[in-house]
Amino acid sequence: MKHTINQVFHSGKFVVGFTILMTTLFVVFVYPLFIKEPPLQIIGQGTFFPPGLYVNTYDTINAPTTYTLNLSDAEARRIASRLSQDDRVAMQEWLVAFGIPEDEIDIENTEQLLTQWEANYDPNLRLPGMTFARQRYFQRVNASIDGLLSTEGAIIAARNAETGELEETGVVKLTDFANINDVANVRLLPLGTDNFGRDISTQLVAAAGVSLLIGLVAGLIATSIGLVLGLMAGYIGGIVDDSIMFVTNLFTVIPTFVLLILISFSISQDQRGAITIAIVIGFTSWVWTARAVRSQVFSLRNRDHVNLSKLSGHPVPRIIFADILPYIASYVVMAFILQVSSAILAEASLSILGLGPRTTETPTLGLMMNWAMIYQAHILGKWWAYMPVLLTIALITFSMNLMNTGLDQVFNPALRD
Amino acid sequence: MASKTNLCLSGTGVTKVFGFGRNRTLAVDHVDFAFHEGEIISIVGESGSGKTTLAKMLLGLISTTEGEIFFQGQKRDISSGKKKKEYWKNIQAIFQDPFSAYNTFHKIDAVLLDCIKLRGGDRLPKEEKVKLMTEACSFVNLKFAELTNKYPFELSGGQMQRLMIARIFLLKPKILIADEPTSMIDACSRATILDYLMKLRDETGMTLIFITHDIGLAYYVSDTVYIMEHGKFVESGTADAVILRPQEPYTRRLISDVPKIYEEWDLSTV
Repeated sequence: MKHTINQVFHSGKFVVGFTILMTTLFVVFVYPLFIKEPPLQIIGQGTFFPPGLYVNTYDTINAPTTYTLNLSDAEARRIASRLSQDDRVAMQEWLVAFGIPEDEIDIENTEQLLTQWEANYDPNLRLPGMTFARQRYFQRVNASIDGLLSTEGAIIAARNAETGELEETGVVKLTDFANINDVANVRLLPLGTDNFGRDISTQLVAAAGVSLLIGLVAGLIATSIGLVLGLMAGYIGGIVDDSIMFVTNLFTVIPTFVLLILISFSISQDQRGAITIAIVIGFTSWVWTARAVRSQVFSLRNRDHVNLSKLSGHPVPRIIFADILPYIASYVVMAFILQVSSAILAEASLSILGLGPRTTETPTLGLMMNWAMIYQAHILGKWWAYMPVLLTIALITFSMNLMNTGLDQVFNPALRD
Repeated sequence: MASKTNLCLSGTGVTKVFGFGRNRTLAVDHVDFAFHEGEIISIVGESGSGKTTLAKMLLGLISTTEGEIFFQGQKRDISSGKKKKEYWKNIQAIFQDPFSAYNTFHKIDAVLLDCIKLRGGDRLPKEEKVKLMTEACSFVNLKFAELTNKYPFELSGGQMQRLMIARIFLLKPKILIADEPTSMIDACSRATILDYLMKLRDETGMTLIFITHDIGLAYYVSDTVYIMEHGKFVESGTADAVILRPQEPYTRRLISDVPKIYEEWDLSTV
């Protein structure tokens, strides 16, 4: 036993797969210790906030100390952030269409461009051939560059409690900085938020955990059913074998996924928890394990060591557990790993069709894909809503398949290099 | 025929059919036999003649399709697990391939301890068990101290087969079925294995049923020889009668197939 485990951990493929899986598990268990908010809590008002570090503006203004930093490229950066190269080209286009000669416009000269713009632009004017959307775009550009070249600071005002008048309480100068450590509220959203304004990273970790659990439960169920039926059919043989194989062949002929869809569909939405889905998946995917175990047991039961065990007076259960199971154990472990990985995929496929677990309690990887699809994240280009989920599914199944290949190489001498 | 002693294992019309319909194979076809106590019997036949199937039926590992087997004059009853266990105290086997005859997950000690247990020595103190096992091993010139805590695959084929004999030594059954015990063993070890088997038989007086394709070996060891062809016994009798004065062409062919020194080997029948 120890020797076998040793051998398994010498297989490079197995070790890589195992490491990936264990890292995933580690993250699933450790992440909630640091971020304690529930995975499905809505924190963002609005949809699909991009990934990044979110700094509270109010707290930044009220940071205990402000620092003055004179940075030479500060102004250029400020202008670039509000007036992109595309905007400049668009402004030139508008001015040309309005009637300014093209050679008089220098889009690199911000000051000149802004002066020309301010002198000529009329938000209510719609040039011939310009769509309404384009007009709105220019209105937005106009609003965004308002006060772009101002060197004055922003005035902070507060309403006087008695008179209701605005009173100046401070000025934020262009060179004022706050140290991010002084800002009370900073939130890192590594993967942004989803359509409901929920933190995707927290959700993803929770979903990976739930999906792994679904895989584990489904894999255990499928492997146990397959193992028990395969052992019975293979060892007892005769009529028992015939009837078990009849049922197994029936299940083989019916496409598993169709069966899965029909069963999931017939369970009402509020009864469909993650574990229910796992059980449904488990009960529909034992077929190949049963067939493979049966044929292996079939060839084992006539071996001399089984005969010798019988001659030594061992009862049937002992023969099955001591003389047959150890010989197929490696195969069963490999089948189990594959069952787990295919159960995770099955859950994802079911959920993306809207037949997964009910949506209010636990996220699963499939559900996250489903939400991203329904709210058109792929059309809107909100990659952070589905890409990390895809990668997680791929990584988990990849690691398991890699472990399986590694095990196969260890236990199947024909594949050894 | 040596009918001076009691019958110990006999059968009438013993038949085994595998499969049905188009796949129907008649492995053993209505054979009658009578094995006497203390005899050495050889069942000789080429590959696929049904020798091993017959041996498994005698052992009770597979059921008979037809016919009856009698053990010590009584109809054999192995309908329950308990009765089977009782039967297996009396009849044991040595298999052809020592490499596949052991469970590779169990240590050698477990094999020998099982025998002590079957003999009802389960409650013996540990030292007593070790003594029994050491005795059994030294009978076949193995040192138990070197074997204990080892796995079967750490032994050579000859050692494994000797350990099988040690197992029989512990069990001391009335009947031993040796299913080609020497065919997987190299020529040097072969003689030793045979010697130990003969020694064991001399000590315990058990009935030895040799299953072999080697008619020379059969002549060398046995009192009675049964020649088997396509599931039937075509000829039987004392070794001298069968080998020296064969009646059946099949027997003659088997005999002519034995390579002989200083004589050209007749390959026409191969």
